[in-house]
Amino acid sequence: MNIIVCVKQVPDPEAPPASFKIDSATNKVIPPPGVPPVISPFDEQAVEAALRVKDAKGGKITVISLGVNLLRDVVKKPLSMGADELILLEDPAYVDGDSWTTAYALAMAIKKIGQFDLIFCGRQAADTDAGQVGSAIAEILGIPSVTVARKIEVNESKVKVEKVTADGFDVIETSMPALITVSNELGEPRYATIKGIMAAKRKEPIIWKPADISADPAKLGAAGKRMAMLKLFQPVKEGKCEMVTGENEEDAAANLAKKLVEAKLLS
Amino acid sequence: MAENKGVMIVAEFLNGKLAAISKELLGAGSKLAKDLGEELSVVFIGEGIAGIAPEAIAQGADKVYVVDDVLLKEYLTDAYVAVAEKVIQQVNPRIVLAGQTTLGRDFTPRLAFRLNAAATMDCIDLSIEAGTKKLLMTKPVYGGNARAIFTSEVLPNVATVRVKAMTALAPDASRKGEVVTITAGLDAAAIRTNVLQKVVQEVQGIKLEDATVIVSGGRGMGGPEGFKQLASLAKLLRGAAGASRPPCDSGWVPETMQVGLTGKIVSPDVYIAVAISGSSQHLAGCGGSKNIIAINCDAEANIFKEARFGVVGDWKKVVPALETKLKELLGR
Ligand SMILES: Cc1cc2nc3c(=O)[nH]c(=O)nc-3n(C[C@H](O)[C@H](O)[C@H](O)COP(=O)(O)OP(=O)(O)OC[C@H]3O[C@@H](n4cnc5c(N)ncnc54)[C@H](O)[C@@H]3O)c2cc1C
Repeated sequence: MNIIVCVKQVPDPEAPPASFKIDSATNKVIPPPGVPPVISPFDEQAVEAALRVKDAKGGKITVISLGVNLLRDVVKKPLSMGADELILLEDPAYVDGDSWTTAYALAMAIKKIGQFDLIFCGRQAADTDAGQVGSAIAEILGIPSVTVARKIEVNESKVKVEKVTADGFDVIETSMPALITVSNELGEPRYATIKGIMAAKRKEPIIWKPADISADPAKLGAAGKRMAMLKLFQPVKEGKCEMVTGENEEDAAANLAKKLVEAKLLS
Repeated sequence: MAENKGVMIVAEFLNGKLAAISKELLGAGSKLAKDLGEELSVVFIGEGIAGIAPEAIAQGADKVYVVDDVLLKEYLTDAYVAVAEKVIQQVNPRIVLAGQTTLGRDFTPRLAFRLNAAATMDCIDLSIEAGTKKLLMTKPVYGGNARAIFTSEVLPNVATVRVKAMTALAPDASRKGEVVTITAGLDAAAIRTNVLQKVVQEVQGIKLEDATVIVSGGRGMGGPEGFKQLASLAKLLRGAAGASRPPCDSGWVPETMQVGLTGKIVSPDVYIAVAISGSSQHLAGCGGSKNIIAINCDAEANIFKEARFGVVGDWKKVVPALETKLKELLGR
């Protein structure tokens, strides 16, 4: 099995909401001091999905990440979990685009890799929350896609995927090669092993510039994007919580009950 | 090519009726169509759905394009995208809107890229810029910490809309509209996925999406036992029980109870958040509640910034006392 996983470096989405700040002049997020970026959590789950397939069927996992200022400690995490190779599309030409330009660059890199049975992506990145790149890669490569997976099982030339739905899940079968986006219902990603961390330290990522993947510069990054972001802003919060107290916690709870009934919130 | 004109909604159905999200989309679409001075259409993709057309017209559609085919009985990415592409090529709308639902999340990006366009997912506001006729699409980003306004020069503009973000029109049975049938013309061999099984996890009592009162628990519940207490309180209040993501991930409660950005979007009158810190991703799912009531032992927890009433304390003490007092006051 040749497996490809696409991962994105994002600001830590679990950082406290109060630390989140925007520079309104540039429409960009100001990274909170002392909070390092992470691999988008669903992408880490995509790595886990790939590792489970590799555990069952054997094969090679190639991880691709697109961006600039990619911290090696961050983007090497999939290697320390057990992935085999890391390719970075690291160049200013790749960034400041949209889902489409990102998917185009990743698809061109995948074409260059050539051999693939399964491609895994996270269901959505924790910064843009768009959830489009996976489907777009599949569309560009002309392969089937199944999104929001919780379980993946490979049998011969087919792959069986449990897809999360609003009230349960669908079991979907498709041919390979296929692209699958992964959700947290898959389960916790494994921890890196000491052996994995040592191996990841020694392994240098391969860097591909636009020319290396024969990308059309007009279709990359800011030059190729179809969406324009006019404004990035933080919604204003009213923040007028009435703290209900009492002699002790039970008493506070009883006072809360009275307030809720008095305010006619419950009847 | 002819000019792109009009607003088109991609409909979804539930139990032989228009799904709530489709009515919300028709409500939002009517306003956009009016501001543009153009038509509002809706595309029906499925099997045996033509009879639902009058409902869409009553909800604001001027035209209903019906594509009815046995191959469309169930949602399959390849089939639905191919059919929608065909209808859009024929009708040439300016704007295409779908719901941010299981179907819309999967279908819309592929459709947009097939049309050589781009999509904006999970919008909570849509408006037409006066003069330019540009569609302004507002969507939460960074897990709800921020919002971004997007436009695209590439037509059609494609977007999905968050459930409960828009308001449906009051149905008007006297509205007139046209129904146009379009053949699917599908090649079965081009459909590369197959649904082997649909597993539905039945919920007892009121569904989260429909509940007017929700009692949700978070990681601080510490295990599945506490959720029995929350279920009991929810039952007393004739509501439903929900959860943040960690209790679902830990298997304390079913995954279908997850409220949030990647779970259910709810908007009850009262949302009681117990031992939930108030992450932006959780608030993305419950921020539309009319009143959030927070119970948390950490007075600094972010949830209090969103709440109308709060109690600082251990849920093990607060929740039983709250239930006892409410029982007494409500006479149940
Ligand atoms: C892309 C992405 C999507 C996500 N989607 C979702 C989503 O849809 N829904 C979702 O919920 N999360 C989602 N998350 C996860 C989210 O970031 C948070 O990790 C999660 O919401 C935290 O849940 P919590 O508040 O229950 O847990 P915590 O943040 O750990 O908070 C637990 C709270 O319990 C309190 N507590 C502990 N013990 C007690 C006690 N005895 N009595 C009272 N209070 C107590 C603590 O003070 C604390 O405030 C997503 C994350 C990402 C990155």
